[in-house]
Amino acid sequence: MTAETTARRRKGIRHPAALAIFLGPFGLLFALFYLVPIGYAVYQSLLTVEREGTFGKATQVFGGLTQYAQVFQNEAFWAAVLRVLTFGVVQVPVMLGVALLLALLLDSPLVKGKKFFRLAFFAPYAVPGVIAAIMWGFLYSPKLSPFTAITGQVDFLGADLVLWAIANVVTWVYVGYNMLIIYSALLSIPTEIYEAARLDGASQARIAWSIKIPLVRPAITLTAIFSIIGTLQLLAEPQVFKSFTSAVTSTFTPNLAIYSTAAVPNVNLAAAFSVVLALFTFALSFGVLKFTQRKDDA
Amino acid sequence: MSSTVSTRGAARESLLSRSAAMLVMLICAFYFLVPIWWLFVASTKDRSQFTTTNPLWFGDFNLFENIANLATYRDGIFFRWMLNSILYAGAGALLATLFSTMAGYAIAKYAFRGREAAFNIILGGVLVPATALALPLFLLFSQIGATNTFWSVFLPSLVSPFGVYLARIYASSSVPDEIIEAARIDGAGEVRTFFTVATRLMAPAMVTIFLFQFVSIWNNFFLPLIMLRDEELFPVTMGLYVWNTQVSQIPEIRAYVIVGALLSIIPLIIAFLGLQRFWRNGLGAGGLK
Repeated sequence: MTAETTARRRKGIRHPAALAIFLGPFGLLFALFYLVPIGYAVYQSLLTVEREGTFGKATQVFGGLTQYAQVFQNEAFWAAVLRVLTFGVVQVPVMLGVALLLALLLDSPLVKGKKFFRLAFFAPYAVPGVIAAIMWGFLYSPKLSPFTAITGQVDFLGADLVLWAIANVVTWVYVGYNMLIIYSALLSIPTEIYEAARLDGASQARIAWSIKIPLVRPAITLTAIFSIIGTLQLLAEPQVFKSFTSAVTSTFTPNLAIYSTAAVPNVNLAAAFSVVLALFTFALSFGVLKFTQRKDDA
Repeated sequence: MSSTVSTRGAARESLLSRSAAMLVMLICAFYFLVPIWWLFVASTKDRSQFTTTNPLWFGDFNLFENIANLATYRDGIFFRWMLNSILYAGAGALLATLFSTMAGYAIAKYAFRGREAAFNIILGGVLVPATALALPLFLLFSQIGATNTFWSVFLPSLVSPFGVYLARIYASSSVPDEIIEAARIDGAGEVRTFFTVATRLMAPAMVTIFLFQFVSIWNNFFLPLIMLRDEELFPVTMGLYVWNTQVSQIPEIRAYVIVGALLSIIPLIIAFLGLQRFWRNGLGAGGLK
């Protein structure tokens, strides 16, 4: 068997032309629009602008880690990182918790009208972040909202609450999407697995906790990683909220800081921000992956 | 004895837990649907009724007048934006699906030097935030003077590392080596085998990749924000964003933002409903492995 597989595999190498056709387009585009930009961002982040006198001509020269020193001293940037981390620590568990609960309920015999609920929960995913933010901007408005009884009393767009107002928009859009990923994983569990537990009289809650949740943990990990990446990238919603409230500053999230720094223009510092943010995101999602895998091994 | 066990097992869940479950479902359905309902109702009102009538119920039904006004406002630039979005997202997702399915299939079915290394680099690409690429892409495109063009937004969206990941998993599990071998014996070329045999077996994964990519291009905001200056090239999200920033100076634009927002979510809803049979199966594949 092994010999046969090896033989078959070796045979595969005989198709260089086909491989070039299959891998060529993706490989070329991936190199041009993923690898080259990453390399270029790193390169740009190592440059610094020098001027001869105050009004002299600006030239880019190699500056080593000058920009990174700037990044680490930039309080606004780290305040933004801290802000999205605070956001993520609260919003991601709430969103995934609701998504898991709804997926389990949809998968249980407790609920009727499953098709309707599945579509109702998923519908917001069809609304782009920018549009969702515009809609909720109206819904939070103290005058135009259908809920002026609440929005007239509580200033959702003020400095204290605006971060959580944005968290609600993100939650609204993505719960259904995450629910669906978990629900698909639940559907692929063979029902015989919990048939025995049912016969022993285990409640739905008990079956969910002891059997279903452990089995769909890979799906939950996947949604957690995507959510963490999304949180650190937060841009569209706060950018839209800038037109509703002055509480959202131009450095509210790391990506807003990158955008406004590049617009100054200080592209070298903005590139350094991008590199630091990407490494940070990568490290965090990799950490989550490793952490959950370690739990699987135990 | 056995009958007692089976009645106990098959016993209906208590009324209490069923009611509690339904209550949770209804509250959540309300939360998810009310904003969309509000948008629909608001789109049917004229300017004066927007502020004077119940925001969650209809006044005079002016939806079609509002759409007609939107179609003529600034020479119908809104529908230009819709077409742009459909082109960016539709054509972009189609090509991205083809390219990533071919790559994922090749990685799953052919042995070549550096296969695992290449796959790991691509997998790393899944974890690279798309917005981290927007700025360097802008800098690169400005080097060749190609910012503010259709291509500057279109070309980067043809890459879907997640698609390659999904295609590889799907190809390994659903395209048997024996079928490829049989096609070879029949004298079909490798490329032809892929297009006639493999794509048929991989269709659910391909629909999933297409939808993911369609949504991510449709929703992409940073890249057009940073690349495009010319209104004519805007995708619809970008256009509505710019209008929304102008509401305080030009109050009548608010009505266009609201009707436009409603129209802009319709294509995605159609795509999801039309293809749901496929993507519900495909989604699980990514989560399970």
